[in-house]
Amino acid sequence: MRFYRRREQVLSVLLVLPSVLALFAFVYGFIGWTGYVSLSNWNRLVPDYTFVGWTNYQRLLQNPRFLITLRNLGVFTGLFVGGSVVLGFLLAVLLDRRVRAEGFFRTVYLYPLALSFIVTGVVWRWLLNPGSPQMGSTGINRLLELMGLGFLKSGWYTDPRVGIIAVAVAAIWQMSGYVMAMYLAGLRGIPEELREAARVDGASELQIYRYVVLPLLRPITFGALIVLGHISLKIYDLVVAMTGTGPGFSCDVPAYFMWETTFRANRFGQGAGIAVILLLIVSLLIVPYLRLSLRREVEV
Amino acid sequence: MKRKGIGLLVGLVAVGLLGLAQAGVPLVLDSPSALDAVALKALGDKAFAPAIMRATNSKALVDATYYRISRLDEVIPAGAKVFIPEKTWAQAFLAVWDPNRVEDLFGGGKLVVGSWWTAGGEAEGLEALFDLYRQRYADVVIVNATVAGGAGFVFKAVLKPRLIAGDPPDTFQLHAGLEVEGYSPEVYLRPLDDLYAIYGWDKVFPPDLLQLMLYKGHYWGVPVNIHRSNVLWYSKEIFARYNLKPPANWEEFFQICEFLKGKGIVPITLANAGGWEAPHLFETILASTLTPEEYRGLWTGETPWTHPGVTRALEVLKKILDYVNADYSAHTWDTVLEYIAAGRGAMNVMGDWAMGWFMAKGVDVGWAPVPGTKGVFVALSDTFAFPKRAPNPINVIGWLEVCGSKAGQIAFNMRKGSIPARTDITPEEKAQFNPYLQSCMEDWARDAIVPSVMHGAAAPESWVVDFKDAINLFLVTKDVAGTQAALVAAARAALGK
Repeated sequence: MRFYRRREQVLSVLLVLPSVLALFAFVYGFIGWTGYVSLSNWNRLVPDYTFVGWTNYQRLLQNPRFLITLRNLGVFTGLFVGGSVVLGFLLAVLLDRRVRAEGFFRTVYLYPLALSFIVTGVVWRWLLNPGSPQMGSTGINRLLELMGLGFLKSGWYTDPRVGIIAVAVAAIWQMSGYVMAMYLAGLRGIPEELREAARVDGASELQIYRYVVLPLLRPITFGALIVLGHISLKIYDLVVAMTGTGPGFSCDVPAYFMWETTFRANRFGQGAGIAVILLLIVSLLIVPYLRLSLRREVEV
Repeated sequence: MKRKGIGLLVGLVAVGLLGLAQAGVPLVLDSPSALDAVALKALGDKAFAPAIMRATNSKALVDATYYRISRLDEVIPAGAKVFIPEKTWAQAFLAVWDPNRVEDLFGGGKLVVGSWWTAGGEAEGLEALFDLYRQRYADVVIVNATVAGGAGFVFKAVLKPRLIAGDPPDTFQLHAGLEVEGYSPEVYLRPLDDLYAIYGWDKVFPPDLLQLMLYKGHYWGVPVNIHRSNVLWYSKEIFARYNLKPPANWEEFFQICEFLKGKGIVPITLANAGGWEAPHLFETILASTLTPEEYRGLWTGETPWTHPGVTRALEVLKKILDYVNADYSAHTWDTVLEYIAAGRGAMNVMGDWAMGWFMAKGVDVGWAPVPGTKGVFVALSDTFAFPKRAPNPINVIGWLEVCGSKAGQIAFNMRKGSIPARTDITPEEKAQFNPYLQSCMEDWARDAIVPSVMHGAAAPESWVVDFKDAINLFLVTKDVAGTQAALVAAARAALGK
């Protein structure tokens, strides 16, 4: 019996060993190596691992473009995550009201998720292309003009005051359907009796959402925040396809800056530094989530 | 054994075939001979035996009448047809061939050519070079490894990890000048001094260009063309309608701008979706507010970036921004030319690859040097480099030979819309080019040549990025002093002083 159990243990260790090894080598190994490179003097094509301490980080923090990308990332994350969650929730609530042809609308709202950010970027680059007085308006500006709302026209991503906000609009368009699907599943999981009970207690519909539905949907909100948050912090392809760095870097993001620093300017050390800073920002988001979900598992 | 010598039974003379097939002559042996002896007799040195073996085997792959040589010490039977390559190729072969690589003696294989030439005329030009190459080396399969993206900024990023990993293409496009610094050529590229001497390139390319090509005392690429960056394109129709003359200096330029603005026309069109178009404009302004010596000195440290000419250039750019199309950051260099094609925009500053676009669209466009740069030619040149670890090094010889040859340069440049780098182009050959290119050739021969920044000639790439970033920020901040300080800092970082 004991022999059998030991064999089973050995077997289970052997089974997970390859994936654990691969994980350590290709994830944690490379993270460690990136950290090491970020402290090295590798700022030419030929690797140079001379230790230079925090020099690369100091240079980055003095670079106005890097600071702009960090600010853009903050604005983008706030708008994109907030916008997608709010819009996704509203869509889910509306669909939950047993509308006719619900399946059709569900598909329509969910569809953008099936596109890659590159496609979204190209489409929105055209939609938000402002055109000009001389060549005529295009895209959404043209639409506004036709509707007699010409005063609402904007330079969109060609206006440095809008910049990254235009990119966030495209990202919200793509991801809010996904959030809607998550919320819809959650809403369907809330038994009608609970709402009924609240109604009997004299709660208004708004109060029902505030005190019954939303608290019950908290795990879903949390999951959505995590999923959207890490997409947002890694954002690169959408920016590349849609705007590039934009006027005065108003659409630039750290991942794009990292790419250019590393593979264009050959500053591999500084590029690795940007990667490490991005990792730290992402872990600010992920670590509380991991702690929370671990605790929950222990409780279960 | 008495050898009667090797008779040139089928000695087709190479001269008539030049440009059609690998230069050289087929030779049918009249008695059994060792390869060494054939080499001694035909090319004057036994050492050329491997070159003959390779050239013959290359032919045998596509033409069954050739004998296939399987070993260097093989005695080749009488009646066998071998191929005697031209001496220059044989010398180049010996210079490049690593005797440990026996596989290189058997011909065939690939030639992976890396470039960012994917659009219109440039792709056609590249194809013309491929055609010439295929005619000479029919045994080689050409792999056209292009990555799209203006000024090559995507291609270069794809290439670099491959160079570090030891898996480069056989040859790749490289701007002449300090761009090569970004590839650490002493580690990853093969110096081409020996091929320059063998093919006599150091005599057919102009001294200014050769000077530009030298990095750490060596040549690293073979130039195929010359482009000019400081061209002011203008709509002939608009200029004729209002009886305007192309501006010779910035005062005239701004007068025209003010006038055209009043007419509802975009005076000067600008693109910046790629982030390099506005800095490109700025480099041509620098060439106007500084003398050619001062401009060159910016990149060597002899001219300080605090120079008043730099301040003036920034002020000119700032003023230009009052007259550009508002949607410039949504346009790439080519899409913005639609303004001129549609008669809604009057002028544009772009390199002379724009001519190909105008011709394709049938736009009758005029050209002049950027105001204040008459007699100055801001130049860039595309070259092809030879990675040390090219998988098919022997196939690269023929490629560089085609790139550097007169036939190659004429065929390529007529399609690409640039001018040949070689100086020995005859007036008849010149007459085949379009009027713009003919005028460009005259300027190239006459003007002071200064290197382009945004196209890799003047500065290493890390500096180009800092320069580009400073100008991109300037477009929004319009802060002359702050931007000049950033440019000073970029120069200090790059020059280490």
